[in-house]
Amino acid sequence: MGKYSGNPAAAAALFEGHQVHRDVYIDPEVFRLEMKHVFANAWVFVGHASQTPQKGDYFATSIGDQPVIQVRHSTGDIHVLYNRCPHKGTKIVIDRQGNTGKFFRCPYHAWSFKTDGCLLAIPLKKGYADTGLDQTESARGMKAVGEVRNYRGFIFARLAEEGISFEDFFGDSLSSLDNMVDRSPAGRLEVAGPPLRYMHHCNWKMLVENQTDTCHPMVAHESSAGTAVKLYEELNLPEDAPKPPAMEIIAPFMSPYEFFENMGIRTWPNGHGHTGVNHSIHSNYSQIPGYFEKMVETYGEEKAKAILNENRHNTVYFPNIMIKGPIQQLRIFIPLAANKTLVESYIYRLVDAPDELTARTAMYNRMINAPTSIVGHDDLEMYERAQEGLEADGLEWVNIQRLRTGEEDFSEEVVENGTTERQMRNQFDAWARFMTWDAPAREAAE
Amino acid sequence: MSVTREQVIDFIYDEARMLDEGRYTEWLALWLPDGHYWMPLDYQQTDPLNVTSLMYEDLFMLKLRVERLNGARTFSQKPKSRCHHVLQRPFVDEMNGDSFATTTFMHYVETRLDEQQLLALTAKHDLALVDGSLRIANKRVDIVNCDAAFRNIQLLP
Repeated sequence: MGKYSGNPAAAAALFEGHQVHRDVYIDPEVFRLEMKHVFANAWVFVGHASQTPQKGDYFATSIGDQPVIQVRHSTGDIHVLYNRCPHKGTKIVIDRQGNTGKFFRCPYHAWSFKTDGCLLAIPLKKGYADTGLDQTESARGMKAVGEVRNYRGFIFARLAEEGISFEDFFGDSLSSLDNMVDRSPAGRLEVAGPPLRYMHHCNWKMLVENQTDTCHPMVAHESSAGTAVKLYEELNLPEDAPKPPAMEIIAPFMSPYEFFENMGIRTWPNGHGHTGVNHSIHSNYSQIPGYFEKMVETYGEEKAKAILNENRHNTVYFPNIMIKGPIQQLRIFIPLAANKTLVESYIYRLVDAPDELTARTAMYNRMINAPTSIVGHDDLEMYERAQEGLEADGLEWVNIQRLRTGEEDFSEEVVENGTTERQMRNQFDAWARFMTWDAPAREAAE
Repeated sequence: MSVTREQVIDFIYDEARMLDEGRYTEWLALWLPDGHYWMPLDYQQTDPLNVTSLMYEDLFMLKLRVERLNGARTFSQKPKSRCHHVLQRPFVDEMNGDSFATTTFMHYVETRLDEQQLLALTAKHDLALVDGSLRIANKRVDIVNCDAAFRNIQLLP
């Protein structure tokens, strides 16, 4: 046993306000503790309701390292169940999505379960007569997670039976999700196709931190964004000629430091926060004909303008997703090991809005976040260099004190200069608290 | 002037060789200005625009991609990747006057540092005869495990 097993308090102490110890990124024991405590006690994104639109539709995914199924029950509501047969442990569904009809049936011994998890039938059940099976947890069927919430189509779950409420966990940070959904004239999103799936050999938190790292784009992405600007200038097109799409999507990454300083960063309690309080790289996208009119029809001019003038860049929902409201993108950073993270990048269609908006979002997704993306390539390179570099024994701490001039209170919402690393510190503040969230209960039990 | 089936097939082999040898200026010159290089994300994907693809790139993006490979601050290409195509003999599916369609099954290897990945591909080319030369009008590359989680794919399969 190493330094951290069974000792979440020791792990939580690795965050010191202005710096964080490298073990949070490279130590397998800290990773195990994160899965057991942080991912169990926080509210974690599962999937979108439109991925399971019909009764019996399911979607298999994971919450931290826990295999789960999002399923539409016969009553129409969505349940989240552990993907494990209560008999021998077999995963009930193997494929990523499908329709199971009125019940799940384990492929191993045909135990069957209603789509809310309740045990329905066992073949040759007389073999369990007088065995006391009904006294075991196996007889209760597929286990459900602690709590599930469908927030405007986005399904979140808390694994722990007891804990922080959905409202307390997210608070006012839900304004970013609201803005993303409000951009549909119908007030509804639908998933558009499968996600990009991109494997990174680095810790999941590096990816989350990078979402509000506004001092890297003009450096790490000079080779793509800078070259795009150079090629465009060489074309010498007239001012009013349509720009190549790459210029609209990629070139803003080359914006100067002042642009990012002035965009602002807002942090909310529990590790949530966003860049782009005042403007963002999405601010100057071209207008799509007919869209504003549809928005006005639904919301009236004043509210339609208010919705569309919000240009939040990246909103991080602790622990492991990021959304881009203005373009309806969601990225989930799925932790697989201390040094292995699967990134899935989803896009959503604004119901009742012109297709051109979806097309631009799809373009953003493939240009920036695909395994084939010339922007993504340099990000991955930086993360993996960091993962390897952190092994160096000469220095054991990672510095996160940019624009931190004293003790910080993360329980209050604040807006600061857009190049602050406060949101990274905010995430670690939440990380340390959720790491030790159930400590009092465990101590009482011991 | 007309083009033989043999010449169409040779064109496909020559293109793959240009990519493997990094002769990108020559490769870009094969393209017609309105062409798109499409690499779907989904199996049997039909729509390149309104769902995500791995690539759907016009000539500006392809130039940018190629130009970036040689940049002084292209960090993910320090050191550079290398690639290698092995082609099955291309099928010439259509020969209609000045336009041609081919399907080619290939194995693609890309390597950098200590990693090497193997992708099985189906490449579909739309070719056109313009001013006596065969050119690429459009190219679609389907990766057989397109829905798998990939690491970086940095060159052109």
